[in-house]
Amino acid sequence: MLAVEMKGISKHFGLVQANQDVHFCLESGEIHALLGENGAGKTTLMRILYGLYRADEGEIFINGNKMEIHSPKDAIAAGVGMVTQHFTLVPTLTVAENIVLGYTNSLTLSQKLIEQKVQAASERFGVSVNSSALVKHLSLGERQRVEILKALYRNAKILIMDEPTAVLVPQEVDILFESLLRLVKNGLSVIFISHKLNEVMTVCDRVTVLRDGKTVGTVNKNETSREKLAKMMVGRETFLDTQRSSRKTGESVYEVKDLTASGQQVVKALDNISFTINANEILGIAGVSGNGQSELTKVLTGILKPTHGSIKLEGQEISRLSPGDLTEAGLGRTPEDRHEGTIGDLTVAENLALEDLNNYTKNNILDQKKIHEDALKKIDEFQIKASPNDRLRTLSGGNMQKVVFARALSRRPKVVIASQPTRGLDVGATEYVRKRLLEERDRGAAVILISEDLDEIMALSDRIAVLYEGCIKGIVPTSEATAEKIGLLMAGVC
Amino acid sequence: MDEFIVGLIAATLRVATPLIFATLGELFCERAGVLNLGIEGTMFLGAFVGFTAASMTGSLWIGLLAAAISGILSGLLMSLLSVRLGVNQHVSGLGITLLLISLSLFSYRIIFGESKIPPSINSFDLLKIFSDNPVLGPIFSQYLLTYIAIAIIPVVWYILFRTTFGLNIRAVGENPEATDAAGINVYKLRTSALMIGGALMAIGGSFITLAQLGSFTFGIIAGRGWVCISLVIFGNWHPIKVLLGALLFGGVSALQLRLQLKGLKLPYEIFLALPYIVTIIALTIAGRNASYPAALLKPYKRE
Ligand SMILES: Nc1ncnc2c1ncn2[C@@H]1O[C@H](COP(=O)(O)OP(=O)(O)OP(=O)(O)O)[C@@H](O)[C@H]1O
Ligand SMILES: [Mg+2]
Repeated sequence: MLAVEMKGISKHFGLVQANQDVHFCLESGEIHALLGENGAGKTTLMRILYGLYRADEGEIFINGNKMEIHSPKDAIAAGVGMVTQHFTLVPTLTVAENIVLGYTNSLTLSQKLIEQKVQAASERFGVSVNSSALVKHLSLGERQRVEILKALYRNAKILIMDEPTAVLVPQEVDILFESLLRLVKNGLSVIFISHKLNEVMTVCDRVTVLRDGKTVGTVNKNETSREKLAKMMVGRETFLDTQRSSRKTGESVYEVKDLTASGQQVVKALDNISFTINANEILGIAGVSGNGQSELTKVLTGILKPTHGSIKLEGQEISRLSPGDLTEAGLGRTPEDRHEGTIGDLTVAENLALEDLNNYTKNNILDQKKIHEDALKKIDEFQIKASPNDRLRTLSGGNMQKVVFARALSRRPKVVIASQPTRGLDVGATEYVRKRLLEERDRGAAVILISEDLDEIMALSDRIAVLYEGCIKGIVPTSEATAEKIGLLMAGVC
Repeated sequence: MDEFIVGLIAATLRVATPLIFATLGELFCERAGVLNLGIEGTMFLGAFVGFTAASMTGSLWIGLLAAAISGILSGLLMSLLSVRLGVNQHVSGLGITLLLISLSLFSYRIIFGESKIPPSINSFDLLKIFSDNPVLGPIFSQYLLTYIAIAIIPVVWYILFRTTFGLNIRAVGENPEATDAAGINVYKLRTSALMIGGALMAIGGSFITLAQLGSFTFGIIAGRGWVCISLVIFGNWHPIKVLLGALLFGGVSALQLRLQLKGLKLPYEIFLALPYIVTIIALTIAGRNASYPAALLKPYKRE
């Protein structure tokens, strides 16, 4: 029986046709992957199913019945749950409050009771959360777990997951998959959006591919391969694995010594961290999310002041400099969350100029012409699919990341700090970003790659440092590193 | 205790009463993500409607009820503009204030004409507890509404932090997308917050005509609504702290009146300005750690 059938769905935003005559079927009891490049229309289709958007045209059937879904309320009532791509959590509320929000019958609210209920659900579904913590204190990975539990808590029979694993590390992904498979046995049907083809091939039964808002086709997992899926998505051959040419590294450029910093929840989010990076080198920083990656990114980019320790760039002490001075000193950065590093309501050109306004000011007035011309150059150089006057938030994730990269790299920084650079990006964009980082290294930059994606770390880094509970658990040359070895360090075992 | 201090405390509570009601009303709106600048007009409307209904029916309670209803309607109007139609909240709030003040003045002229002696009603009686005690007697000689105002603070706290409705309000003021995705109707929720808020504001306004003055004058609210807006910030969107702010402002207002009566040789404008100066200083100190509801001022639309 079909759990969901979407027929002839079309949806446009202004001039953008996000979905065009899309057909999609979910059989009950299957895990069905929805694939497509950034901007292919996956999220739009699922937001229609969840009642967050109304389709211009098309029909939706759930368990064979035609449904009018006007709001998430209708969708929840029909047994549909959704883990959205960008977090829809209330940061100032506790985990338990977020999970029961809109889903309690009682008039009064007992913190103790809802925390117990949520903790029980957390154990039942195998998704661990701390029900009394405030969401604003959680790392991105932990927030994602809250999202997943929130949908499961609502007794969803059909679960939409929009890139749920983008912020999870391998171990967490395994746990998620285990519980998904268990839940599917008990009658859950899952729609699973991911850019990671490995995951899709591991856990899904069937795959539907979208391109430019249209259905390309649906295939059984057994009859396809990663390469075939990538080709269906992009419409051309792609190279799934980036080739790393090994090269001699240069002199030491960037030196971090005994760095200690406090986080929002823990006193020592970073505890006596030391490492050096040479020119022509990528240092990968691996680790399970929430082990100090956010704080490290913030300290290195000047947003958070360390309580102790030093950072030296070519011998110059820079740990007390402001973010602006750091840029001047030759630091390029891509922030952990690209929405935080950019301003959605400004145009692409304005965002590109943002870190270097002095250069774009004439007599205290912004030189709009220069901003525009430089933007055109960068858009061309970095292959951004947008025009200078587009509002940044209308861009797909991949293009937004290219804007961030263009801004950071066009000044040819001596040190590049890339934090989670490919999170949520499709195959093509990921390929681009990784190539670009390797190019930076070959140009002579010292690159710090902070990533929770172990495959990425292994593929790009020359040396790998593992962050565990705010400490560096060892720095290993990639030639000596194996996934098991790093995995054990990440778990804090040795 | 000194007679001066006892009198001051009693007056402080009286002056603070309308501020407590209206500030709690504004707090509801802002916690739900709507800055309601219609507060000044809504208090004015409440003062006028309360007075008119009471003088027509002869019942102060009907006056109070009518004021509350007029406040609910004002909240509905704010909701129509800022929540449904997504009009900028500053614009719609100020517009409502201007509209309601002129509407009240216009209706007052039509109903009561322009008489030399302003019409008046028999206002609420003082409720005297401990009337034999020389200290507590004067302090606890207050209108019933003053006691209600103080009693309502923990009620508002309870609603906000210990009920499902309160959880929804806090959620929608911080992240309406999340609230919507959780299956809650954002429009209805914000509308109900505005209705409750409007009722409280209008009751605050009507306290002045129905209890304090017994008559209606054109300058009756005199910027109290704006004071309430800053008291919400001062109280950091927390009902209990709002009480502190209201008492501080009420206390300074009462003090300046008493100082004027003492006959100090200073221009009286200085005394009049005193409460506002204190408000500004208090805000400068308290406002630095203000944690605004994240979605304040942002209209919500799905696409
Ligand atoms: N609310 C909106 N307003 C305007 N345009 C939108 C809106 N939502 C999506 N779009 C546009 O519709 C297209 C499809 O977007 P959608 O988010 O569905 O893509 P996606 O397949 O989920 O991509 P990704 O992998 O990056 O998440 C894109 O071109 C996007 O810019
Ligand atoms: Mg998407």
